[in-house]
Amino acid sequence: MQFERYGKGIAKGLMVTITHLLRHPITVQYPDQRLNTSRRIRGNELIWDNIKCTGCGTCAKSCPQGAIKIVTSANLEENKYTVEEIEVDTGYCIQCGLCVEVCPYGALFMGYAYERAQYQRGAVVQANESLLPSAERRPSGYMHPEIAKELPRQTLLIERITEKK
Amino acid sequence: MMLPSDWPGGFWWHWLVFTVIIIAFVLTLVMGLIWIERRGMGRMQARLGPNRVGPFGLLQPVADAIKVLLKEDIVPARGDKIVHWLAPVTAFFPVLMVFAVVPFQNGALLADLNIGILYVVAISSISTVGILMAGWSSSNKYSLLGGLREVAAVVSYEVPLVLSVVGVVLIAGSLSLNQIVLAQNIPFILLQPLGFLIFFIGGCAEINRSPFDLFEADSELVAGFHTEYSGMKFAMFYLTEYGEALALSAIITTLFLSGWRGPILPPWLWFVLKTIVVFFVMVWTRTTLPRIRIDQLMALAWKFLFPLAIINLFITAIEVLAWPEALPWTMTLVNIAIMALLVLLWSKFFKLGWGRVAV
Repeated sequence: MQFERYGKGIAKGLMVTITHLLRHPITVQYPDQRLNTSRRIRGNELIWDNIKCTGCGTCAKSCPQGAIKIVTSANLEENKYTVEEIEVDTGYCIQCGLCVEVCPYGALFMGYAYERAQYQRGAVVQANESLLPSAERRPSGYMHPEIAKELPRQTLLIERITEKK
Repeated sequence: MMLPSDWPGGFWWHWLVFTVIIIAFVLTLVMGLIWIERRGMGRMQARLGPNRVGPFGLLQPVADAIKVLLKEDIVPARGDKIVHWLAPVTAFFPVLMVFAVVPFQNGALLADLNIGILYVVAISSISTVGILMAGWSSSNKYSLLGGLREVAAVVSYEVPLVLSVVGVVLIAGSLSLNQIVLAQNIPFILLQPLGFLIFFIGGCAEINRSPFDLFEADSELVAGFHTEYSGMKFAMFYLTEYGEALALSAIITTLFLSGWRGPILPPWLWFVLKTIVVFFVMVWTRTTLPRIRIDQLMALAWKFLFPLAIINLFITAIEVLAWPEALPWTMTLVNIAIMALLVLLWSKFFKLGWGRVAV
């Protein structure tokens, strides 16, 4: 005999709500708390290693948005190209990661940033020095398993939702 | 010890003290209830609920009240201005008046009417007039629909509600709420489980709480009768909604949960605690159950609650007549068994127009 329409259905529903009352809420209070980002995140910024880069321009050719501009000149003494200017308009970037994938020398990395909104379009353009890695701008493990291996294992969830008292 | 009927001395002092107590009690506890509802409902839906104003969002009702006080008061151009102005007042005052006969402890009530529960039933229906006035005077089809649905529901649910109260009155042998509490050596929820169930469902439907909130159904009637209200007049309706919930919780406490009686703690605290527990059960059902249709609402009143209330009344009358000296605990077991049997039986018979609705 099925008791669902004799009150058992309502009792089941009441049990569901009361168990939700006793568990932790899943709301993340965003500016105060942030979810952990993935180790292999494709963030909204690029990180460029100027030592490894040979200025071949494969990244610019692969970019579906045409967001990467690279100007090189021949450096005959060292038998390679010198990058005179590299400019990435992250306002156009769709975070597809193709530039990182195609780089034959592993000189490009995705970054962790996802909060780069600005008031002017020009302010989201990264150029030359602002592409270099630093303590705040660490390269993500995307397409670079040797970096991902070093990062600690983690879940996306934060440990415990706490409230501002 | 029972408080004298003119405590703290003199008719007018009694009147003044208890009027102030009732108004303060209703307004402060309503704020608490709004907080419990919003926080509790949030947590039951795996959200946090309001938590920015004050510790744990405790001051959120205060912030809402200040906001609503400063808002512009808009009256529809083609509305009936006098009725539009009178409606929130008409809806709110009966809520305060109900508390005149609710005992906070032994004898501590504004007026120990010997027909207390009849007074409650009569007065609490006046709110409906206010809501119909609001729906009518707004000159808005959604408001009018909401107001008329409310009237239809209250007219239907008043019948099982009053019939389930009669069972309690039969056992207690008095209509005075203070006498009913004094008669409860064990809470009447045990002697009258079916009556409690009917009273709770009927009460929730009367004060239009979810799942019976189809008079203000946000998703279909855009808040129903108070669509056209703003500012302090809207706040009055908001206050009415929670005031009615508080009044219903207080009356359920008094009728079925032995009111202010309880060990150790002072009586008034027992009363407040039980009221809050009853209100929490209302919040719980509200969060759990989806809104029902108007035909389901009517069918529940007339096909389910009404016959069960009549049967409950008969069984209680027979029990009171035939075994007035029976042990309360045997009666409890017998009545719970009868309730389970009747609810199962009626659920089997309960049908909604055989899947066809003609409007």
